[in-house]
Amino acid sequence: MRLALMADIHANREAFDACLEHAAGQRIDQYMLLGDYVGYGADPGYVVDRIMDLCAKGADAVIGNHDAAISGDTRGMNPIAATAIGWTRDQLNQTHQEFLGGLPYSIDTDGRLFVHAEATDPPRFGYITNTESAARDLHESQANAVFCGHVHMPAIYGITATEKVMRHVPVTGVPVPLPRHRRWLVVLGSVGQPRDGNPDACYGILDTVKCEIIFHRVAYDIEAAAQKILAAGLPDFLATRLFIGR
Amino acid sequence: MKAQGLEQGAVIDGYTIGQRLHQGGMATIWSVTHPDISSPILMKVPNLFEGEDPAAIVSFEMEQMILPRLVGPHVPHFHAAGDFQPQAYIVMERVEGQSLLGMINDLPLPVDQVAALGADIATALDDLHGQHVVHLDVKPSNLMRRPDGRIVLVDFGLSRHDQLPDLMAEEFRLPYGTAPYMAPEQVLGIRNEPRADLFALGVLMYFFATGTRPFGDPQSLNGLKRRIWRDPVPPRTLRPDIPPWFQELVLRCLEVDPDARHPTAAQLAFDLRHPEGVRLTQRATKKKADGFFTALRRRFAGERVRQVRRGAQSNYISSAPIILLALDLSGASDDLTDGLRQTVARLLRAAPASRLACLNVLKLARLAIDRSVDDLGQNKHAQRLGALKRWAAPLNLSEDRLTYHILEAVDPAAAILDYVARNRVDHVVIGARADSTLRTLLGSVSAQVAAHAPCTVTIVRNRAFGQDEGAASAAVS
Ligand SMILES: Nc1ncnc2c1ncn2[C@@H]1O[C@H](COP(=O)(O)OP(=O)(O)OP(=O)(O)O)[C@@H](O)[C@H]1O
Repeated sequence: MRLALMADIHANREAFDACLEHAAGQRIDQYMLLGDYVGYGADPGYVVDRIMDLCAKGADAVIGNHDAAISGDTRGMNPIAATAIGWTRDQLNQTHQEFLGGLPYSIDTDGRLFVHAEATDPPRFGYITNTESAARDLHESQANAVFCGHVHMPAIYGITATEKVMRHVPVTGVPVPLPRHRRWLVVLGSVGQPRDGNPDACYGILDTVKCEIIFHRVAYDIEAAAQKILAAGLPDFLATRLFIGR
Repeated sequence: MKAQGLEQGAVIDGYTIGQRLHQGGMATIWSVTHPDISSPILMKVPNLFEGEDPAAIVSFEMEQMILPRLVGPHVPHFHAAGDFQPQAYIVMERVEGQSLLGMINDLPLPVDQVAALGADIATALDDLHGQHVVHLDVKPSNLMRRPDGRIVLVDFGLSRHDQLPDLMAEEFRLPYGTAPYMAPEQVLGIRNEPRADLFALGVLMYFFATGTRPFGDPQSLNGLKRRIWRDPVPPRTLRPDIPPWFQELVLRCLEVDPDARHPTAAQLAFDLRHPEGVRLTQRATKKKADGFFTALRRRFAGERVRQVRRGAQSNYISSAPIILLALDLSGASDDLTDGLRQTVARLLRAAPASRLACLNVLKLARLAIDRSVDDLGQNKHAQRLGALKRWAAPLNLSEDRLTYHILEAVDPAAAILDYVARNRVDHVVIGARADSTLRTLLGSVSAQVAAHAPCTVTIVRNRAFGQDEGAASAAVS
């Protein structure tokens, strides 16, 4: 089975469409959406519509911290993110808001756990940024493999035979084997707001038969996405960072 | 997770176990057959006994990751891999012939033979490095020779693929490798340095030419580290008939700082195949290892270790191309030779570690015996060599970046292509004859080279000025 994994779309219509179009040519059996569909970008309504449509056709989706903030509070968010959430809330109708609010924190299938951020305590939305946080996550969860987003920078962590954790930064287009007898934690890059220095949209494909994951980078119309952010009166920084991927 | 249970006649995933070919420290190798595979194949199975070194498992996983991604004649062709449950294995091509291990009974060997072997090994390494892999365990038992002479690298259990997770790195504090052959940076735990394989090859060539291992076979980490500050006895001191160029090349491989070695395996292979072009430094004439106190100072200054770490950080593969200039001396215009020189100069400037081979093919009407002397008794070779040198002089290249070659052949394009393949040339620069009548008569060498060379080819052509394009061919003659 081939799973397309998409995280941190952040209301970036152009990036999301480009990834879906790319994935359409990749024999995908199932879409797994890893949260943060809204916030930062200028097309929250469009993006949530497409997510709802995908879910109606069998996709699975978990909730991200920005999605949770729509119906909850924005305490703990940085001022720019909080501003964007305030604006986003006004763009979403009742159906959108209820859909987002009803998403689960995590999905567990066949020993694989899908979650937006740290798996140990999903509502806390902790970041996995180094081998220590990855080790904690892997030690505490029961899953053989954990897939998450939230950091906007792709990384793969593995527990070795002697319980040490190694970190690998995947290379675009090079499949990385995830042998079954080890445990893995995979952090997806971001579809709509990459921060690893590469502005192209990022998503992953997991092949559960070959036990391999591959990360793709997809070029999209950054200028259009950025223009809309400026036109919406959202903070400039949210537009400019898209060009440099930081 | 057991290897002991295997025996002749057992069937795993359709593979029937045959004879046991090898019982190693880390793995056992069985000859196997499969109804759908007619070529010889073997199965490698890790030794997973209780209390076994965990390195056996991890290195087997690394090989399972890396081998399926490798292609070409210098690695065994991959067939299949089995997960750890129920039985971990790799099925691969069974390479005909022997490993080089048997050769160590006949040491020392003639230098020419060692150099030719070293060049073939370096060519195989260059191919591997081009596929993003550093072998990290180059030694006679991991090198096999195909019947056609080409070298095959086996055992990727300690290797590093620069685009895949490195399971070995995090796992073990101790450096993994084979003590006599391990490069200083590998001793320090650095695993992403392709030139570590050149060091190991230097050890092998030293050993094969002298019968003595340059750093012995140390059994402790301290013993291993000695090579960081203690240089080996120069090979010519052990065997005075070893020529200076060979000592130069071997000692360069054994440089502690990776930056002081050849930048790529292809460049080392090139030098081993063209001894006359090797620039000799004080390495060539060195008579004994550095004095005890020099070594002692190095040991305690710590500078060496910093040097190794620094050197090993630089990235090398794409920045040290071999550039081949094919110069037709027969009727080329000055404009064309100038144009070629400008193109070459630009390429050399762009890659400071690059080197240039200037080549001219003496075209023969047919193969004849006494062909190096023309009617006037002048040596054509010397003449052409002089012309090549004059052409290259304005480039002001240091000797170690420049070589000259005169080939003789009936078919110049074929000779150039053969040279490109054998020396793993990265970029060919070649001139196109302006005269299209001649071109049609003789066939275009540049077009043939461009069509068939396995690398980048730049064709330099003079623009014909002052005439419209349709009339160009008529006007030139
Ligand atoms: N593909 C192959 N074709 C033919 N012979 C091979 C092949 N691979 C390995 N061998 C032979 O088996 C020997 C051991 O192989 P390899 O190094 O892969 O196993 P190993 O268990 O790691 O070895 P050791 O522990 O003895 O170093 C090689 O020296 C070679 O002679």
